[in-house]
Amino acid sequence: MTPLAALIDTDRAADPESRWPRVMVDADTWLDIAAQLGAGGWTLVGLWADGQRVHMAVADDAPRPAVAVVSLDAEDGAYPSVGRYHPAAIRLERALRDLCGLRPEGMPDPRPWLDHGAWGVNAPLAGSRGEPAPSVPEGYTFLRVDGEDLHEIPVGPVHAGVIEPGHFRFTVDGETVVRLEQRLGYTHKGLESLLAGSTLDHAARLAGRASGDSTVAWALAFAHAAEAACGVAPPPRAVWLRALMAELERMANHFGDVGGVCNDASFGILNAHCGVLRERVLRAAASCFGHRLMMDRVVPGGVAVDLEDSGIITLRGLLKEIHRRLPQIAELYDQTTSLQDRTVSTGILRPALAQRFGAGGHVGRASGRDFDTRRDLPYPPYEQLRFTVPVQTEGDVNARVWVRIREIDQCVGMIEQMLALLPDSPIRVPVDAAAGALREGMAMVESFRGDVLVWLRLDASGTVARCHLRDPSWFQWPLLEAAIEGNIVADFPICNKSFNCSYSGHDL
Amino acid sequence: MRRILLESLLRRPVTDAAPKLDDAELAALAARIDVAARRRLGRSLAIREVDAGSCNGCELEINALQNAVYDLERFGLRFVASPRHADVLMVTGPVTKNMRIALERTYEATPAPKWVVAVGDCAVSGGLFAGSYACVGPASAVVPVSLAIPGCPPTPTAMLKGLLTLLRS
Repeated sequence: MTPLAALIDTDRAADPESRWPRVMVDADTWLDIAAQLGAGGWTLVGLWADGQRVHMAVADDAPRPAVAVVSLDAEDGAYPSVGRYHPAAIRLERALRDLCGLRPEGMPDPRPWLDHGAWGVNAPLAGSRGEPAPSVPEGYTFLRVDGEDLHEIPVGPVHAGVIEPGHFRFTVDGETVVRLEQRLGYTHKGLESLLAGSTLDHAARLAGRASGDSTVAWALAFAHAAEAACGVAPPPRAVWLRALMAELERMANHFGDVGGVCNDASFGILNAHCGVLRERVLRAAASCFGHRLMMDRVVPGGVAVDLEDSGIITLRGLLKEIHRRLPQIAELYDQTTSLQDRTVSTGILRPALAQRFGAGGHVGRASGRDFDTRRDLPYPPYEQLRFTVPVQTEGDVNARVWVRIREIDQCVGMIEQMLALLPDSPIRVPVDAAAGALREGMAMVESFRGDVLVWLRLDASGTVARCHLRDPSWFQWPLLEAAIEGNIVADFPICNKSFNCSYSGHDL
Repeated sequence: MRRILLESLLRRPVTDAAPKLDDAELAALAARIDVAARRRLGRSLAIREVDAGSCNGCELEINALQNAVYDLERFGLRFVASPRHADVLMVTGPVTKNMRIALERTYEATPAPKWVVAVGDCAVSGGLFAGSYACVGPASAVVPVSLAIPGCPPTPTAMLKGLLTLLRS
């Protein structure tokens, strides 16, 4: 197999110094790459368009993890489909067609994805440059399932719990799920269209609301991309405070999810205890940084608020409590047989499939995909921190719970180190959005859910010309369809919670 | 398990005291509360949450209302799984065009008397997403809103105060 570096002649890259080289390719090379993705050689990490140009971000694991972007100019509004060779690209291409109006030629699924026919515009990101796209037909055709005694259960978009909206179409044989087909796009807010034309500061606020549960990770990835585009580096203290906030966010979410999975197995006591610990983390965040979810605290050029000495004491107290309580929670989870009965061997995601779709976060790492942006595509300050990346291979609900519990433990260790090593410096430097030669930036950051990707292009005046956000959920949602197959309908909530994909981050 | 239960018995409860309600604040929150309906519903309300396109930040804080610290149920407030069991709809998000019909149908499925509470800046005014081709705008553009709880997202305490105005006679 060709290494990524050999295929991409970095001398032709837009900026050879960049961590993420981007090169123009012709249609033949594009197809070669699609075939390599289909053969499992590389991992697709993003696919988006800017005007008439299609960009594809690809990761290669060997000899060491690297990511590059290839770009192809669409001719007459069409480009060769990647989804034809690599199923993980199919939903991305359907969304790209809905938003940008570019047709993936040879793509096996002609149905729209985010566009439900209600926007009143076609291809909203194409502007006047794109060809008018065909309008979306009424209704939506779900894939046909044939067989005796099968019936369908439609669920959503409004669900029974306090969760986001989406539609699930189950085909079942008795109690057993034969197929799940998702229909998403209900929370599409036109985020990328709002980003275009925004100032950097406003765009950072928007990016921080791609998915509220990962607001720190999104704002961080956006800040990295903006700083790359403008050629500035954030001050050291800001770098450490950003990581501190990111780990608090990860911990809070993992507590919520561990409790949520147990709650879906009707084991309320663990949900109660995890819920209290989550609340402790959020209150500590509010007292240290002034916002429970730490929204708008990471900004281009640094952070918006400094950590006072009293905050350090608060955080040390929090860590002490978690250090004491986490083993109790893990023990109770592990020793409750009725709970284990629900989580062990339920909703198995096969490692080969997780690898093929490049599943990030706990979904990938519970199915043997040993990848974490913080370690494998590191950004400061993680190369100065000691931590391990928990990996399991069983791929069931239980493995996803354990990866989370072990990650919380890692977060505690990292925050302890950060509090000890926190350097002194200003917390923010000005970012001159109109300066910098490159005008383009990309970043990948590890959210609690997996790797988020931001790609940004600025115009000459320093406003955002195009910004693309790719949530880890894009590569996890399709795997949930596979993981639930053969399970009983009643186990769907627990499987779904163990994945905890974002609707908003996906729909944008 | 026994140890955790025993510890929980010996420790003081983690639940916060009920928030103090101040009249000016309540007057500002409540745009239109139907007093007659409140009498009929008594001191207990069933709430159905409808995410009409939020970023999920509001959902996180609404879920927090159910943890042991805020313990929503001690006030007679509880979340229900169906709009047909609900007295109150809590709507979040800038009402995306893709969610408009679902929100309208959820409202129609809720038996009268009923109230709609717009939760968060997006549902109150469209928030950062106002003006998008994909959003209708505030919840009040689609369903009648009785109470607005702003914030991005509102804290659980702010939501609790708002919901308690619905119960206050």
